[in-house]
Amino acid sequence: MLSRTAENLYWMGRYVERAENMARILDVSQRLAVQGRSTAQAEWSAVLAILYAEQLYTDTHGEVTEDGVTEFLTLDQSNPSSIWSCIRAARENARALRATISVEMWESLNTTWLAIRDMTEADLHAKSLREFCEWVKERSHLFRGVAHGTMLHDDSFAFTRLGTFLERADNTARLLDTKYQMLAYGGESDTGATYYEWGSVLRSVGAFRAYHQMYHDVITPERVAELLVLRPEMPRSLRFCFDKVTENLALLAEGRSLECERLSGEFGARLRYGRMERILGDGLHEFLKEVLDRTAEVSVQISRDFLMIV
Amino acid sequence: MAADGIFDEMYGWNDQVQAPYAKIAEWLKNTPPELFASKLEQAELLFQKIGITFNVYGSTAGTERLIPFDIVPRILSASEWQKLQAGLFQRVRALQMFLHDIYHNQDIIKAGIIPASHILRNEMYRPEMRDLDLPGSIYVQIAGIDVVRVSEGEFYVLEDNLRTPSGVSYMLEDRAVMMRLFPKLFQENRVAPVDHYPAELLRQLRSVAPERAAGSPTVAVLTPGPYNSAYFEHAFLAEEMGVELVEGQDLFVRDDAVWMRTTQGPRRVDVIYRRLDDDCLDPLAFNPDCLLGVPGLLSVYRNGGVSLANAVGTGVADDKSTYPYVPDIIKFYLGEEPIIGNVPTYRCSRSDDRAYVLEHIHELVVKETQGSGGYGMLVGPKATKEEHEKFRQLILSDPDGYIAQPTLALSTCPTFVEEGVAPRHVDLRPFVLTGRDGMALVPGGLTRVALTKGSLVVNSSQGGGTKDTWVLED
Repeated sequence: MLSRTAENLYWMGRYVERAENMARILDVSQRLAVQGRSTAQAEWSAVLAILYAEQLYTDTHGEVTEDGVTEFLTLDQSNPSSIWSCIRAARENARALRATISVEMWESLNTTWLAIRDMTEADLHAKSLREFCEWVKERSHLFRGVAHGTMLHDDSFAFTRLGTFLERADNTARLLDTKYQMLAYGGESDTGATYYEWGSVLRSVGAFRAYHQMYHDVITPERVAELLVLRPEMPRSLRFCFDKVTENLALLAEGRSLECERLSGEFGARLRYGRMERILGDGLHEFLKEVLDRTAEVSVQISRDFLMIV
Repeated sequence: MAADGIFDEMYGWNDQVQAPYAKIAEWLKNTPPELFASKLEQAELLFQKIGITFNVYGSTAGTERLIPFDIVPRILSASEWQKLQAGLFQRVRALQMFLHDIYHNQDIIKAGIIPASHILRNEMYRPEMRDLDLPGSIYVQIAGIDVVRVSEGEFYVLEDNLRTPSGVSYMLEDRAVMMRLFPKLFQENRVAPVDHYPAELLRQLRSVAPERAAGSPTVAVLTPGPYNSAYFEHAFLAEEMGVELVEGQDLFVRDDAVWMRTTQGPRRVDVIYRRLDDDCLDPLAFNPDCLLGVPGLLSVYRNGGVSLANAVGTGVADDKSTYPYVPDIIKFYLGEEPIIGNVPTYRCSRSDDRAYVLEHIHELVVKETQGSGGYGMLVGPKATKEEHEKFRQLILSDPDGYIAQPTLALSTCPTFVEEGVAPRHVDLRPFVLTGRDGMALVPGGLTRVALTKGSLVVNSSQGGGTKDTWVLED
């Protein structure tokens, strides 16, 4: 496959996933803001912190408000990580892939783009934010489903999946990091509040029911962390994402020994054999920061191994 | 209902439905206009969904819009098509021989048919091509010949496009959309299929691969990139042929060969269907400021390490200043009379022609010899006095730069417009393919229609639309 094509596929996968993750972050933050143990403003500031976007936000929007952050993450064309920008970028990558991806994939992405292209804030308010977030998630589900069901399961599929899972690992780490700091260290432990607040986090990653199926017990921050870091069955956990990344890299390597596969496998082994008590004991925050570094490292190495060949 | 003095392809000269249109005329009569409107809307949705959009030059970057599509098909009978095909094959064959000759012996110059200066001083003449032998001596693998019609049997060639002619994707997509919207029409009319065009194109491209690669040559489509106005078509053709769509940055030259950068390492390329102008192909050989091409490509090409379709330097044969010579070119190489003639053309470089043009400019169409896409063109009868004067001055300051032709009464076809179904002027661009095993012509082409009443300018960049073109089987 052309290196440039691989790059387009990879970023198409990443951007669609990022759009979905933005919707998930917005969704959980809105749920938590209305439950109000922390102030709503702290909640929305935390969102900007997850994305390392405080500066960009302040420069363009000034004071942190729900409306401001919502606008910033949804339709703001000057924010490169807004849902609008992610979908646009995914579609631009897809446009350069017209000869590679299936017609159905192109049509599904293009339809998403046409729907959001001219959307205004008024349209958004008319719909309610939650409905909009649902729509973004559905479009992302559709994208993955169409990819799975219509693309050849060859290298092009593998590169798309790489983008999806690296982006997801990155997002799960960020989301858990902020919420864990705010909720677990945020005040007196109170079973009722814990239930609702961690329940919102679980819902935002579509894992509320999964949690109960797996633990049959009250929601505790430690178990939520375990679910999102170490559980191999949970499709948004770090373990799951790194397994998928390593698996796809092994397919792409076709027997060559590539540094990106080694890096991903090495960190994957820590997730596979790690124990939650130990990770929490050493500090979850430090651990999650390392996850972000490793994810970035693997991403750079993928470029070196596949995309920048002479 | 035909307008006075203009041949309508459905109604003829005086409201007599022509045989090929019998069933369509019936259909038009029995279909309520609301249905057309709703079908047209559906068609537009389909096009937008599949993303056939067209970047308009000069507008803000990335602007996309649809080329208007008309749902009334344009129809040609089998016998009309046979005559056209014979004429097109004849013309393209002669032009191939002409190109081979001017880059080799130059017999046509020695015979005094065309002045040496006309060819050698033409900007499109590429001295780099001198004495280079191409596989099968084929210069033009893909030709798009613009044909207009003025009566039942009277066709003229308006223009030869021998560099990187575009529009074939519209031929294919217009057909696909028509079959989706009106499947019954295709049961009632025996329409010759066109969808094998990409397979035919691939076959012809493979046939001109360097001998070294015979058997399983690697073909790629070279595009300037997503911001080119015809990018959709480049991607479409690559996809349909199942070959890579590459940009200049995806290719590099090493060891006298051209390679693609792939995730598995470099892979050798044998045939490049390039949709990039000569000027941009290789910054080391041509325009150093254009970075869309591949440094070193020309030297590999000259050593026979890669084939290009179309060849470098074909522009000299489709230049508007060469066009008036094409009937002579056909006679010279083939000893035959042209089956399809040229539109009479005045060359402003000749003093008596020029005098005529300056005096009759209000009746003529004046074209730049280097222009394309309907830009740099004056339609005399539609232009103002100031515009006439402006073009007079332009011609006087650069006589070689202009030709003029009488305004032809182009045929019209029924077209669905705001006022209902009404006649609009059309032209036709069929695509002639040439490979080592001979020539091929898919029965159809791009019919362009001027949607504005009375307008003769069909270019998509000037508000023209497209129609599905049917060739009926006997």
